[in-house]
Formats: sequence, C-alpha cells, structure tokens
Amino acid sequence: MVDLNNISLTEIVKLVKLKKISSLELTNHYIKNIEKGKKLNCFITTCFDETIKNSKTFDAKKNYDSLLPGIPIAVKDLFCTKDVKTTAGSKILENFIPTYESTVTSNLWKEGAILLGKLNCDEFAMGSSNETSFFGNVINPIEKNLVPGGSSGGSSSALAASFTPATIGTDTGGSIRQPASFTGTVGLKPTYGLCSRWGIVAFASSLDQAGPMTKNVEDCALMLEAISSYDKKDSTSINKKKENYSKNLNKNIKGMKIGIPKEYRVDNMPKEIDQLWSKGIDILKKSGVKIIDISLPHTKYALPTYYIVAPAEASSNLARYDGVKFGYRSNKGKNLLEMYENTRGEGFGDEVKRRVLIGTYVLSSGYYDAYYLKAQKVRKLIKKDFDNSFRKVDAILTPSTPSSAFKIGEKTSDPISMYLNDIFTVPVNLAGLPAISLPAGQDSKGRPLGLQLISNSLDEQRMLNIAFAIESEISFKQNLNRWWE
Amino acid sequence: MSKEKFNYFIKTEKNNWEVIIGLEVHAQVISNSKLFSGSSTKFGGQPNTQVSLVDSAFPGMLPVINKYCIEQAIKTGLGLNAKINLLSIFDRKNYFYADLPAGYQISQYKNPIVGEGSVTLDMPYGTKVVGIERLHLEQDAGKSIHDLSPDNTYVDLNRSGVALMEIVSKPDLRSPEEVNSYVKKLRTIMRYLGTCDGNMQEGSLRADVNVSVRKKGEKKLGTRCEIKNVNSIRFMEMAIESEANRQVEILESGKKIDQETRLFDTKKNETRSMRSKEEAHDYRYFPDPDLLPLEIEQSFVDNLKKNLPELPDQKKDRFIKDFKLSSYEANVLVSDNNISQYFEDVIKNSDIKLAKNWIIVELFAVLNKKNLDIKNSPVSSNNLAKLINSISSGEISGKIAKQVFELMVNTGDDPSKIIKEKGLKQQSDPNELEKIVKIVLDKNTDKVQQFKSGKEKLYGFFVGEIMKASSGKANPKLVNDILKKELKK
Repeated sequence: MVDLNNISLTEIVKLVKLKKISSLELTNHYIKNIEKGKKLNCFITTCFDETIKNSKTFDAKKNYDSLLPGIPIAVKDLFCTKDVKTTAGSKILENFIPTYESTVTSNLWKEGAILLGKLNCDEFAMGSSNETSFFGNVINPIEKNLVPGGSSGGSSSALAASFTPATIGTDTGGSIRQPASFTGTVGLKPTYGLCSRWGIVAFASSLDQAGPMTKNVEDCALMLEAISSYDKKDSTSINKKKENYSKNLNKNIKGMKIGIPKEYRVDNMPKEIDQLWSKGIDILKKSGVKIIDISLPHTKYALPTYYIVAPAEASSNLARYDGVKFGYRSNKGKNLLEMYENTRGEGFGDEVKRRVLIGTYVLSSGYYDAYYLKAQKVRKLIKKDFDNSFRKVDAILTPSTPSSAFKIGEKTSDPISMYLNDIFTVPVNLAGLPAISLPAGQDSKGRPLGLQLISNSLDEQRMLNIAFAIESEISFKQNLNRWWE
Repeated sequence: MSKEKFNYFIKTEKNNWEVIIGLEVHAQVISNSKLFSGSSTKFGGQPNTQVSLVDSAFPGMLPVINKYCIEQAIKTGLGLNAKINLLSIFDRKNYFYADLPAGYQISQYKNPIVGEGSVTLDMPYGTKVVGIERLHLEQDAGKSIHDLSPDNTYVDLNRSGVALMEIVSKPDLRSPEEVNSYVKKLRTIMRYLGTCDGNMQEGSLRADVNVSVRKKGEKKLGTRCEIKNVNSIRFMEMAIESEANRQVEILESGKKIDQETRLFDTKKNETRSMRSKEEAHDYRYFPDPDLLPLEIEQSFVDNLKKNLPELPDQKKDRFIKDFKLSSYEANVLVSDNNISQYFEDVIKNSDIKLAKNWIIVELFAVLNKKNLDIKNSPVSSNNLAKLINSISSGEISGKIAKQVFELMVNTGDDPSKIIKEKGLKQQSDPNELEKIVKIVLDKNTDKVQQFKSGKEKLYGFFVGEIMKASSGKANPKLVNDILKKELKK
C-alpha cells in the first residue's frame, strides 16, 4: 500500500480513478491523521459524519469525470460553507452557520471534492503567524515551537501534516504564499478576479483573492483549475474562459526571460535566503532562461501603502459585525450604541481592532487625502513598475519571505516586525498580479524557505510552467517525522 | 394672465429678508428589484420578506449593480436636461445604525452618474429656471420601528437596498411656493419618464431642505440649516416658512446661525436641532472596492434619449401651438401625463375649446370633490367627447349638458343614453319653438309693451320664460332668432 502522506494530490486522484482506493478509505485516512494531530490546532470545525456520508455517496455512484473525484479536502475557515460553521477565526462569528456556499468551495464540490472541515486562520485573515485566531494559534508541523505563517496558517500546517491532500486559502497581502513558504508547501495567489470572492468573508476587498495550497506545482495547477471561474455575483470577477492548467503544464521554459528585482535585496536578509535565490537563478539559467536585472522602484512604499489600503477597506467591511443581525452580541449596554461598543469590543481581538482603528483613521475627513488617496496613487505606481517590467520579462523571481518561520510569540508584541514579514508578498496584491511560492530549500535550522515567482495578469499558466521547471531541478525534500502523533 | 411680481420676503420693521432654499430630493427608482440585489421592491410587504443575503449584509455577500436602475437614473438625468457622466463611481458612506446592515450605504460621492441640469418652473411672475447640481444613485436603508415594544427596536429590511435617486438642486429657490412648484415639476417629469412614482405617502419622494436667509440685495449666502427628511410638499412649505422666520429672528437679535441639521415637527410647526456641525457624522467616504467604476457608452445614453417619451415642457409647447391653449391651460393639462392623455383622447373626436373647458372646469371639480385621479374618472374620455359633440351639434344646450354631466358622473353612463332616456334632447323644431314663444309673449303683453317702449333689459326675462316653458330644452340660438323676430312684430 502506498503511503498516502507522501504522495501528491495528482497521484491520489489517479489512485481513485484506477479504483485502487475508495473515497471512504481516503476519508478515513485523513480523519485518522487529523485526530492524531489535534496538537497542531489546525481545525476550527470538523464535519466527519458528513464527510463519511458524502464519501460513501461518491463511492456508491462513482463519477470520475471530475478533477477531484471523491477527494476529501479541508478549507480555510474564511470560506462560507453551507450548514457548516464559518468563523473567520473570530469570536464574533463563533456560532455563525451560513445558509450559502462560497463560489470557490462550490467549485470544489462540483469537481467531486468533499469537505473535511474548516481550517484555523488569523482572525479575519489579519495576521502573519496564525496567532490572532480566537481559536488559538496553530503549530507548524516542521517544529513544535514554530508558527505556520498566516493568515492561512491552519491550511499550511494541515497540508504539510497531511491532514488534507490539498487545501485552499486566501491571500490579501501574502496569506497563502508566506505560510506555504514557512511549511515547505506550494501556495498560489491568482490574478485578482480569477477566483470569485463571493461567499468569502471579506478582509480587504480590492486585495483578497482565494488560491490553492498544495504539496507540489502539478497539484497547484489542478486545484487552480478547479476553483477558478467567472462569477457574475462578483462584480470584480474576470469574464474569461476556464483554462486547463494541469493538462498544459510544461517544463520547457527555454528562451524565457526572468527578471530579478534589485529592490528585493533587503537589509538584514539571512544569507541563506540570498543563497537560495541564487540557486533558483542558476537553475533557471541552466533551463535556458535569460536572467535580466530589473528595478521595481516603488517597492519600498508597498508595505506602508498596503497597511493603509487594507485596514481602510477592512474597517468598512467589518462594520457589519455589529451584533444586530447575526454573530456574537454582547448582552451588556443600555442602548444601541453601547450594544455596538460592547459587541465589537468583546467580539474582536486586538489585531482586528488595531486595523479597524487604523482604517477608520486613514479614511477620516482631514486625513483621507494624506493617507488613503496618497496610498491609492502609490498603488498605481507600484502597478506601473510591474507593467514596465513585464514588457521585458516573462516572470519575476524573488524570495517569498525575508525570513524562515519564526517562533511562536516571537513577534506578537511588535506589530511592525510582524508586518515586515509581508514585504515581498504585498506588492503583488497591490498590483493584482498572480504569484506562487514554492519550497526551495531549508535554512541551517531545517526550516523551509520559499521562492516566489510573480507573473503578469492572467499569465498563471506560464508562471506554473516556470515553477514546475524549478521544482523539478531544485530537489526540495520535506523531512517530517510526524512528531505530533 | 396678468403677471405678478415676485414678492416673498420675510418683512420685519428693519429689513426685508430673502429666503434661499436648496433641495435634496430622494426619489425612489421604479424598478422591480433593488439597486444591488434581486430582491423585490414592492411596497407594503410583510416585514423582512423582501430581503436577500446581500441586503442584510451577510459575510461574503457582494453587490451587483442593477442595470435597469442605471437606465432609470440616466433617463431622469435626460429629463432634467442634465449632463450624463459616462464614468461614475460608487462610494461607501460609513455609519452605524441598526437599519443599515452593512454599516455603510453604497452611494455616489465625488463622481455622480448625472451632473448639472435644470428644471423650468411656471410661476405667476413668469418662468423660473432652477439649476440642478447633480443626481446620484444610492441605496435606501431599512426601517427601524421603535413603537412596537418598550424595550426593543424592530428592524424591517424590506426597504434596505432599494434604489434612490438623490436630486440636488442649486440654492436657486426663493419661496415655499417655488419649492412647491419645483417638487411638483420634478415629480411630473419623473412620472412622465416612469422613473419614480412620486408617491409621497409611501415615501417614494422625500426631501432634505436647506434654508438660509439674507437681507434683500445682499450677494453673500447666509449660513444654512438642513431640515431632514420632509415627506410632503405642504410640510416642506411649512418647514421653510418656520425655519426662515427662526433664522431672521436670530439674526435680528444680533446672533449668528449655527450650521446644523434640524428636524421639522409637524405638530408644533417648528424645526428643532437634530445635530450640530460638530456632531455631524464623518462618513469616511471611499470608493466601494466591491464595485468597479461604472462606465457607460455614449451610444447607450443616445439610445435612451431617442426613446424618451415627450416631456411636460415639450408637450406644453405643443399644446399651446397646436391647440391654441393658454400657458395656464397647457400647464394644468400637462401636469399629469394621464390628464394630458385624457385630454388628447377627448379632442380626437370633439371640439378642443369645449373639451379643455369641460376638463379643466367641470371634470376637475368633480375629481377634486370625490378625491379621484383621472384614471378613475367616472366619466370616460370617450363619453366626455360624446357629450361635447352633443353640445356642438346643438342636440343639447350647454345648460342641459351640465345636467347630463352630473348624471354621467353618478352613473358612468353614455351621455346619449341619458339624453334619450331623460328626454333631454334640445327642442330645435322652429315651428314648435315659435308656438312656445308666442304663448310666452301672449301671457306677458304688458312686458312686451314695456320692451317695445325701450326697456330692453326685459329680453332676458322672455328668454328665461321660454326656456322654463320648454323645460330648458329649447335651442337657445333658435329661441333667440324667433324671439327677436316676434318682438319686432
């Protein structure tokens, strides 16, 4: 019998299609893994009874004409799932059970997948370490005192620990790519508008994007194919034909041009990351790619711009959590205003409050022009930097993060150092571009490190092909001894 | 009509104060579904039965613009002779309230769909052009119901998300009378266009009224106060009158006006402070990231323009030109699309001059008395045309026609049926009439003598007696002819 923990989603799909394994056997395997791995605190909600029922239904009436036949999959708890609690990692939605299913998860179920449970995440996806979740922090399977990254930390951890063969997260400023990098997995943030935002608890609407998190690039292509779709219920969704990313995956990248932005060589970046970056460059060169030095001059403004735009939108998006219609309501307070104050005061955690305050401030009259409006202008310049570069290159290669996974509690008292974690990932969100993080090696402590490829809008196929080529040459090996079991 | 002079000032011992008024009219768009969701907009449904997940702001729900509402706004803009902005932006207006589920209202702030335009009013002192500053689309909020329980407030979200047009006038209005005329004109235009039903009882048309005063002749505008959410034209007039007087009193006592938002208390007929400028909300407007900027093709606008119905001003000009109506008559008839339609139906088959008088005088009196609108008129346009033709043909006299009309109002019957059944047909046989005339004159030989000796006033007396003798049915023209002839004998 194959070791299901060590094979890819693509291989698992093959086994199902070859009738080597049933959906129920798969489901039982993951349920066992999840139950043995409660220590990692990856799940907020499991729905095993439903999962087993659904896998039996699949097995009784097998339909192999789908991308994910009978495959159990856990998803970030930011996706609304019909009749299954959806918390966004927040007390304020602790008991919220949607009556509707997000478009992205509907797409998964349409392709034959089955919901395993809902994965922990930073509260309203605000965080880089999964330490802001009301449901407690998540532990990185790499090492018991490490954060798994965030905000999709439950997703990255569950994936690395094989609690799910693949997963989906959301990425507003790096929330897919950074945790992927911290756990030695692949994470892709698609072009803004490629995946519908309908039914995803909103953090910052102009930046949020759902994306796949997988064990390798081929799986990533498969998952992206499954979840992306035009959705007329989302006005920012792009109306385009669905692509066959997995079928068209191709390692031949000879003749392509890859840009190396000098602005990503930041101070104090560990040498190991620099070396890894060089390793990536060497691999590309050997694959017949032309390496071109480029400049993205406004990169240094990306982080402050992001921390104006994202909180501004969040402050407005989170206004609906007021205790009136659904979710947590404080029973203290003599009038409407006090009910609001107490509900939100008790229902939101510190990081959410911090960002709501920042966002409220930057939108206030008298400050709007200096902060929000200025940030929007800078955002355009950042996009222009990328546009200029993509006239010269097919993709851009950078490290995914300025450090490997850090220790739990290490940065919780210093929000700025926490925010700095997003320095390589946020420009991509601001520009609405796709990017992928793929594991490229380990540092001296054995913690995974990722490389990031950024491509032009809707150029996911080419980006996946380049990642595929690097992956096959870089020989990354995940060393997990399943210490938590 | 003789032209009066504009003369609305607040007159005190010291000064004449000019009143400056600007209106923000909120007009509910006629559309089956809401501005950003598919929920029904029907009035009067059971609470919270017309609410989608979008309207109640559930997590992850996104707004999708209703194209029909955009069309309606553009049509209204065209009706206001306004500039249509091919690029407009939806913004979020952020504030907390129980009947605002998302914590923000989607509105248009810096880039409205419709820019500057104008509305022409017919005032007794001539035409007056009122500038339109802008028209923008926004969502309505739900309704908070405070009087169902002593401890709780109930929220009905049926109205939440319904499309409104906010039509902002320039501060061009100068009297309650002008405001009355302006709101009615807006309503007429929108009813012609089918973009707002203008039903103020149901709240489909309401206004925020901005009032300031300045001494006559001064150029600078005074500090204004905004009276929120006034929902009838009468209340608008009352609120303006009372607010302007309040401001004048303050200014004449040497104090200053505080810019603030006020409410009109209809029972006490006075405005009171709702919140000062310092307490004003900071709405933190910013472009809604869930919606892309709205781009409209010029051809889309052109197409709507091409299919626009005839508007009140155009119709008025046509009525004056084609039917030789006075400006006043034309105004009255075009003030309501159904009235002008009725009028045009009547004159298709009958005399214009008689028709306009019968409609404006007789029919309106009946409708007013019975509190009916023309669509529910007991007298159909067809029947009125028949009645008018009976008058023109001499079948009945104008006087008898009034009797017939009364019966038509009460029964809804065809006039020819009434004339026949009641035997009201005019007596037009000269021989018969001659007999009656002779009988009357024979009875009054003394008066005939007096007439002949110069007391010509008696002519009317003879006519009256003849009509009486014929039970009012004698053809007046023939009676005239015969009587004159007989009296000359």
